[in-house]
Amino acid sequence: MTMRAATTVPEFQDAPREAPLHGWMVWARRNLFPTPFDTVLNLTVAALFAWVLALVLPWVLFDATWSGDSRADCDGRGACWAFVVNRFDQFIYGFYPLDERWRVNFAIAGLALGLTALLVRGVPGKRVTGLLMLLVYPLLAFWLLKGGFLGLPEVATARWGGLMLTLVIGVSGIVLSFPLGVALALGRRSGLPVIHGFSVVFIELWRGLPMVTVLFMAIVMLPYFLPAGMKLDSLGLAVAGIVMFQSAYLAEIVRGGLQAVSKGQYEAADALGFGYWRTTFYIVLPQAIRIMIPGLVNNSISLLKDTTLVMVVGLFDLLNIVTAGSSDPDWLGTAAEGQVFVGLVFWTMCFGMSRYSQRLERSVRSRRH
Amino acid sequence: MAPSQRQIRGWLYQASVVLLLALVAIVAARNLNDNLSTRGLSLGFDFLWQQAGFGIGFSVIPFVESDTYWRVFMVGVTNTLVAAGLGIILATMLGFVIGIARLSPNWAISRLALGYVELVRNLPLLLHVLIWYNLVVRTMPVPRGAISVGGIVFFTNRGLYLPAILLSDSGVVLTALFIAVLITAVWVYVGRVHQNRTGRQLPVAATSAAILVATPLLVALAVGATFQLEVPRLQGFNFVGGSAVAPELVALVAALAIYNASFIAELVRASIESVSRGQKDAASALGLRRGQMLRLVIIPQAFRVLIPPLSNQYLHLLKASSLATVIGYPDLVNVFTGTALNQTGRAVEIVLMTMAVYLTISAAIAIASGIFNHMTRIIER
Repeated sequence: MTMRAATTVPEFQDAPREAPLHGWMVWARRNLFPTPFDTVLNLTVAALFAWVLALVLPWVLFDATWSGDSRADCDGRGACWAFVVNRFDQFIYGFYPLDERWRVNFAIAGLALGLTALLVRGVPGKRVTGLLMLLVYPLLAFWLLKGGFLGLPEVATARWGGLMLTLVIGVSGIVLSFPLGVALALGRRSGLPVIHGFSVVFIELWRGLPMVTVLFMAIVMLPYFLPAGMKLDSLGLAVAGIVMFQSAYLAEIVRGGLQAVSKGQYEAADALGFGYWRTTFYIVLPQAIRIMIPGLVNNSISLLKDTTLVMVVGLFDLLNIVTAGSSDPDWLGTAAEGQVFVGLVFWTMCFGMSRYSQRLERSVRSRRH
Repeated sequence: MAPSQRQIRGWLYQASVVLLLALVAIVAARNLNDNLSTRGLSLGFDFLWQQAGFGIGFSVIPFVESDTYWRVFMVGVTNTLVAAGLGIILATMLGFVIGIARLSPNWAISRLALGYVELVRNLPLLLHVLIWYNLVVRTMPVPRGAISVGGIVFFTNRGLYLPAILLSDSGVVLTALFIAVLITAVWVYVGRVHQNRTGRQLPVAATSAAILVATPLLVALAVGATFQLEVPRLQGFNFVGGSAVAPELVALVAALAIYNASFIAELVRASIESVSRGQKDAASALGLRRGQMLRLVIIPQAFRVLIPPLSNQYLHLLKASSLATVIGYPDLVNVFTGTALNQTGRAVEIVLMTMAVYLTISAAIAIASGIFNHMTRIIER
């Protein structure tokens, strides 16, 4: 660093000393035009950027067609957003019956409300909301979507699809794998050899396998080990596979969190006469969870992206339903529009979550120092 | 001494876990037995020696329809390894470039790298694969209008055509190269011992390069080996000659490399940032030049931080190569767990074999990473 400072100082002296610069001008001089070489490089990148925009913008916006009933209504110069507009409801709800879609809206609104209460700082009752979202919401949402009681007609899971199915798989994957992951992490740190050994084998086994083979296994091999005639629907099997897979990854994150709790905490709990379970649930886990939240969010991001793999077992999640839609004879040649739409939805969700986790990481770090 | 209450409880817990596992295993085994007998099947691997009777579109090792299922398995494994290997090489190169660009003092370059990382890693890998396959590779021109790079590499909708290297007496020349590598290894070791003892460096780098290049070349001249570059050329509707790469492989490798590069870039950046500033100051105080400082001080320490997560990322890439099945690249999952399973109905055996392959490779990468960790650990006094 000292070398760098020595070489940059003369250049600052070369610059004419003018009246005090405004904030943005200082910023621009320091970042955009510090040396002639940097200036050239920055201008080149800017030109490149403008060129790409000039290529992409007409396709995306100016020449695009926004409404129509088939590919024929699009003139082919720009993007055929009519495809996405026309099929939008199907992309969100899948094949869910038209009259029952308010149930999906309700479930998604509940999710949005709960997440907002959890993520926005300053909203009180985080612990209660967290427990509600983890334990009560998934059951309520599942019953609401499945129906079959209180006059709500039953909707078979085969009719679920689109973004709604993506969210169902994502949420159930996160919620169901959480207790399993915590149990496996505690097991791996346990001093009891059988429990330790079992946890290690279980975790390493799932972590060594690709998700695609786990899904294949759930669909083609698992039925051989179940009682004859027992029928599981493919959504249930896919979720089971994802939960096994995720709990192994989660266990490693929880283990990291547990290891970060200092030994003094265990000793203090021992001194107070706490046993294993009370130490774990009252002393260690509450501290560990705070540390591992960024890891949990990152894990949720990769889980959300991995839900697209259920395409392999024939479920129509958002990506699959859009891909299938663009091979419909009416809409042939709209693959690009479909992929851009799916990409936008996933990118928004994942980017939002990763930004949130980065902010948390910073606040955790500052709290610890 | 009598066992404490705590120990007794521990035994009880463990005994119940063992009992539970045994129970699950017994029930599963009985179900398996029932299910197999109702289908008239029995467990066994003898099906591996039956004729497969189907063709495979692309394989690194030769394959014909009359080959056995064992051969199908081997084709699947090698195809998976080829896709993953190419993906790892390209992702590493791209990831290092972008990771270092993230740290560039130039504003636009570092922002561009950041934009790449944020754009790419927040999209599902499967979407990357589908975009590359449906929107890039399959919309390439037909062979007649192929996009050519320098007249020797051709991009078409039937795949990528590269020049093939034809070398006569390749066995002898490769043996010579192997011997040269061995000599170089000894020479590098001698150089290090010499430096440790005397503090003086031998010109290891230059001489090693000379040995590596000259030995095979001289041997090739001596035995009169001929070297030839066979460029693919258009004949009728397709290219002949050269080596052809399946379009599915091109799309898969591109997607794997681009997606994983965004993660590797972040790992590279974090590892370089993890080297404390005091190390750089100390290196300049010792009078090291910037290149020496990077090579001798920063990079060795960054590598120690980088290797464990990097090997994890490689593992991830290898497993993710199984997405090949979605676009029909004949990897292990597609050709063995897919086609062969459908043909034979041997679900249990085939899934177990597939799992064994992935677990073996995972274990191998984990062990290699562990050895590296052990070798580069900080030895404290």
